[in-house]
Amino acid sequence: MDNLVTLRGVTKSYQRGKQNIEVLHSIDMDIAQGDFVALMGPSGSGKTTLLNLIGGLDRVSAGSIEIAGTRIDRMDSGQLARWRAANIGFVFQFYNLLPMLSAQKNVELPLLLTRLSARERRRNASIALALVGLDDRAQHRPGELSGGQEQRVAIARAIVSDPKILVCDEPTGDLDRHTADEIMGLLQQLNREHGKTIVMVTHDPKAAGFAHRRLHLDKGTLAGDGS
Amino acid sequence: MKFLPLVWAALLRKKVRTILTLLSIIVAFLLFGMLDAVRVAFTVRDSLEGASRLVVSSRLSIIQPLPYADLAQIRRIPGVEQVAFANWFGGIYQERKNFFANFAVSPDYLDMYPEFVLPEEQRQAFLDTRTGAIVGNNLAKRYGFKVGDRIPLQATIFPHRNGDNTWTFDLVGIFHTREARDRNQEDQMLFRYDYFDEGRTFGQGTVGWYMVKVDDPGRAQQVAQAIDRLFANSADETRTQTEKQFTLDFAKQIGDIGLIVSSIMGAVFFTILLLTGNTMSQAVRERIPELAVLKTIGFSNQSVLWLVLGESLLLAVIGGSVGMLLAMAGAGALSAAFRGGAFAVGAQSWLTGLMIMLVLGVAVGLPPAWRAMRLRIVDALIER
Repeated sequence: MDNLVTLRGVTKSYQRGKQNIEVLHSIDMDIAQGDFVALMGPSGSGKTTLLNLIGGLDRVSAGSIEIAGTRIDRMDSGQLARWRAANIGFVFQFYNLLPMLSAQKNVELPLLLTRLSARERRRNASIALALVGLDDRAQHRPGELSGGQEQRVAIARAIVSDPKILVCDEPTGDLDRHTADEIMGLLQQLNREHGKTIVMVTHDPKAAGFAHRRLHLDKGTLAGDGS
Repeated sequence: MKFLPLVWAALLRKKVRTILTLLSIIVAFLLFGMLDAVRVAFTVRDSLEGASRLVVSSRLSIIQPLPYADLAQIRRIPGVEQVAFANWFGGIYQERKNFFANFAVSPDYLDMYPEFVLPEEQRQAFLDTRTGAIVGNNLAKRYGFKVGDRIPLQATIFPHRNGDNTWTFDLVGIFHTREARDRNQEDQMLFRYDYFDEGRTFGQGTVGWYMVKVDDPGRAQQVAQAIDRLFANSADETRTQTEKQFTLDFAKQIGDIGLIVSSIMGAVFFTILLLTGNTMSQAVRERIPELAVLKTIGFSNQSVLWLVLGESLLLAVIGGSVGMLLAMAGAGALSAAFRGGAFAVGAQSWLTGLMIMLVLGVAVGLPPAWRAMRLRIVDALIER
């Protein structure tokens, strides 16, 4: 399979007062198109930092990140925002839906950045909600949905603009076992049937079991490939 | 426009807070609209007729009379086309609360005011009737006066020489103003000077002020100076001003309305600025993770800035517009209560109000919008 994500010598450090803390040390990584990768490791190992770099939410201190042939480490913030809108879908542990908007409007959010008409936006959001099995809850607000349903809406929002990659940060971390399995099944379905490349951070070995590959991070270094 | 529902939803996130903020803005603009209507009512407008009229009064005070004999001398000054005169009477109709302006005027006084419309036969009746009086349309409506009525006024300054304190006038005409904006001029009563001068117990042969019409408005200042020069170092020195300046000075006896209005509004808007600014900052602080989510899914820094700024602008424009509409209704009610038609929230007030709304919206929204624009997604998401 072709490489979709290529990381070379990726280093990330933060300034805490006068101290420079390096959280990722020269990471090299390749993720193929259609792959489903679980990033695992103890707290503080740098999993979320690595995920944020792949998702274009943060910037490398050194090294390069190439995604679908584009060097995102060279982009300015405006270019990066446009690139994220077109290429990445995000799924968070705590869903991060806007509480004052209905499920339908939450899913339509990424489409506000496109040239689609209101009718097209509504139609696409409905399709995405149907895909995650929540078309009957379109007009409900997040506060009226269960945790699992909220996460489904978040996944619908992540896929509505048809991105190449889904970046998931502990997508089952706030859910019970049964619901977590349902969500993982849904992600697996998106990977298998719709060809979405998925990069997921998780502590949960069972959730990681749905991935094709498990990468272990320890103290900012890739410790091993569990594929 | 497609972002408007997002802005609106953010405002409705905490309904009570938004409604209270909106109410404070509404009250501020209601106050602004009403006070500005009062300020405008006290502002003297430029008019073609007014530009050619001068008011000659005593240099000492407006209440100090001038000799009737000055009339002939003023008429002889080059540039003077016509001279009329008037005297404040200050009579009360039935009871004190019914006060309205009433003057004794020379027979040619109406010629100075082409903006007053009086039917020709009524004008002639005024000239032919020594006890004749004319009133403005507003006044006639308010008290139900009709031509042919006898109107008694109780003197407050000039008792009648027959020992009676009541002067009785025959209403021979009702005038209206050509322009709607001059409607407050319809709240006065004018009567014959010769009847007044003969009947009063003191001050015979004096007038309150002279009205001078110049043949060239461009030379009004020169003519004014010539009049004052003529009476300089006499027992009755004069002060000659354009009608506009005279009225402005008269209004300033109440106070500098513009300054009063500006001071009150300055204090009100400063308070609103702090109040709304604090509310907006708090609202944005609570939503930092949500704003980070918007940035995560691809909203640019500028988009987030405009979304937050849009909220404060929408709040200011909605609150401001409702306040101004209420002020329009309030000004209408005020006009009905006092001197009909004088108070109105006009286009100029709306334009000023709109500018204040925009400035308020930007001033209140910019600091939190700037903060929202600059927030780092990774840090902001951690706050969740």
